[in-house]
Amino acid sequence: MATLEIKNLHVSVDTEDGAKEILRGVNLTINSGEVHAIMGPNGSGKSTLAYSIAGHPKYDVTEGEVLLDGQNVLELSVDERARAGLFLAMQYPVEVPGVSVANFLRTAKTAIDGEAPKLRTWIKDVNAALERVTLDPAFAQRSVNEGFSGGEKKRHEIAQLELLNPKFAVLDETDSGLDIDALKVVSDGVNRYSGQGDRGVLLITHYTRILRYIQPDFVHVFVAGRLAETGGRELADELEASGYDKYVKADAAAGAAGAAAGA
Amino acid sequence: MTATVNETAPVTEALELDHVESHLHPQPSYDVDTHPVPTGREEIWRFTPLKRLRGLLQGEPSDARLNWEQKLPEGVTLTEISTAEAQALAVSAPLDRLGALAAANAGGAVLLDVPSELVADEPIRLVLRGDSVDDVVWSHLVVRVGTHAKATVLIDHAGSATYDAFTQVVVADGAQLDLVTLNDWADDAVHAEQINIRVGRDATVRAFEFTLGGDLVRTSTNVDYAGPGGSADLYGVYFADAGQHIEHRLFADHTAPRTRSNVLYKGALQGQDAHTVWIGNVLIRKVAEAIETFEQNDNLVLTDGARADSVPNLEIETGDIAGAGHASTTGRFDDQHLFYLQSRGIAEDEARRLVVHGFFNDIIRRIGIPDVQERLVAAVEDELADV
Repeated sequence: MATLEIKNLHVSVDTEDGAKEILRGVNLTINSGEVHAIMGPNGSGKSTLAYSIAGHPKYDVTEGEVLLDGQNVLELSVDERARAGLFLAMQYPVEVPGVSVANFLRTAKTAIDGEAPKLRTWIKDVNAALERVTLDPAFAQRSVNEGFSGGEKKRHEIAQLELLNPKFAVLDETDSGLDIDALKVVSDGVNRYSGQGDRGVLLITHYTRILRYIQPDFVHVFVAGRLAETGGRELADELEASGYDKYVKADAAAGAAGAAAGA
Repeated sequence: MTATVNETAPVTEALELDHVESHLHPQPSYDVDTHPVPTGREEIWRFTPLKRLRGLLQGEPSDARLNWEQKLPEGVTLTEISTAEAQALAVSAPLDRLGALAAANAGGAVLLDVPSELVADEPIRLVLRGDSVDDVVWSHLVVRVGTHAKATVLIDHAGSATYDAFTQVVVADGAQLDLVTLNDWADDAVHAEQINIRVGRDATVRAFEFTLGGDLVRTSTNVDYAGPGGSADLYGVYFADAGQHIEHRLFADHTAPRTRSNVLYKGALQGQDAHTVWIGNVLIRKVAEAIETFEQNDNLVLTDGARADSVPNLEIETGDIAGAGHASTTGRFDDQHLFYLQSRGIAEDEARRLVVHGFFNDIIRRIGIPDVQERLVAAVEDELADV
């Protein structure tokens, strides 16, 4: 049983006009065995939350903690966080020219496990993981993400998720840009991972479509840098019907009221 | 050894082209006096620290030689010929003073001859080793690849010398040549070289150049085309450490229609006053219709205090081109690459190693000699150990 606790997380980014606060106090606890979906409009800070948990240097945490089984991962480097058990499936996976997928996966697996995987079983494992997400094993010899289509990049992220098998996976809009077949393949991969029972998922998405294939235990509405509402599966259905307007307006009204109170 | 100029083999005809007034293509000449001693302000010399050429530009004669070891597949010959014979064989005259001095002072030339239609399965290996930087060595080499022949030539420079070479490569119609040059010198070596490659009709040349060692290395590779359909890929990898000056000058002179040139040079720099220069010149002459050219130079600056100069030039005299372009990048590590690798648990130093290996492997993997590939991967690893 593992726990990922996000406590009062405030995050800023540098802009031309100075620091701009994107996350304004996020509180969320994920236990292993749970699937949490975070839904929100564009620009609400969903991806900032994902990258801040992973430790991207662009994001400046000004307040709060992210605790993995009690340890504040914000004090760890990016690679230490991954070795502690966090995984981020990226919306835009990076191309790394000249580094083969096979070499990349073996190096990552060795880093995560602290020892090199057994060569014979490892090659089988890699081929099987690629085949499960309908990537040809020949992808292992290609440069990481280079020349991959959008869908191939996302499936490659899911293959990594299964091979590295972290305690918690943050999936940042893994469903965006996928056709229905690829969406099913990706969803099946996430379900296999969470189906182990002792893994936690934070699924960030703009659309309810993927929630037809991945059953969330909790659905959170994310607006203007924090959680505006939490519910079960039915909340996704409500969002599908009526959108985010209600929450955006409520936040704007609260902001105006706050400004008025302050004035 | 005796001269073995094969009179029956078709000698590539001299190209009859109008001279184009530009610094990009000076008048070729064997006459040293037509190439004045540079002041250092000339376009073709302004990046080179002339003092560190150890007097090469003064052209003092010397009998010193590098030690040659060669491994030749059956049918391939290595012989000595006179300067006059070399001039008759290989048509492209020196384009600068260092080239002219090497031809004038070498006291004859060495001819590496791959006869027509010979397909050499094994690489031709020439290991050229110098004993001391105090030895001034002049060299003139002619590589001739006959019609429809196919060969890989490895020229492996090692040790120490103050070395100036003029190398002429004549690739006959329909022939295929891979020319792999390793400049794996000791730290104090000085190496200047002009490599003039003439690509025959429908011939294919891939030239690889790897510069790792030396105090100063300045090479000029010039390619022109004897007929339509010729193709040249010029690849380079260099790694400059503190104080090293590494300069690669490329010139693709499209002298025939439907020819192709592709230049890709990649370098890494680390340490105080590591300096690299890449000049990529392309001239597309009036006759050179429907040609295709692309040149690219990427530099990875690993530490402060290093300097990379990168200058692509493209001159076009015809309106009918299939494709022409160039690109140049110089930068530090891409943070996105490091973030992605680190987010998979890979520690930062290991991630940097992977990225640098990847950067160079893009070229190294294309060489068709496995032991050279392995050696270069190991050499990159050694260089990185010093970061």
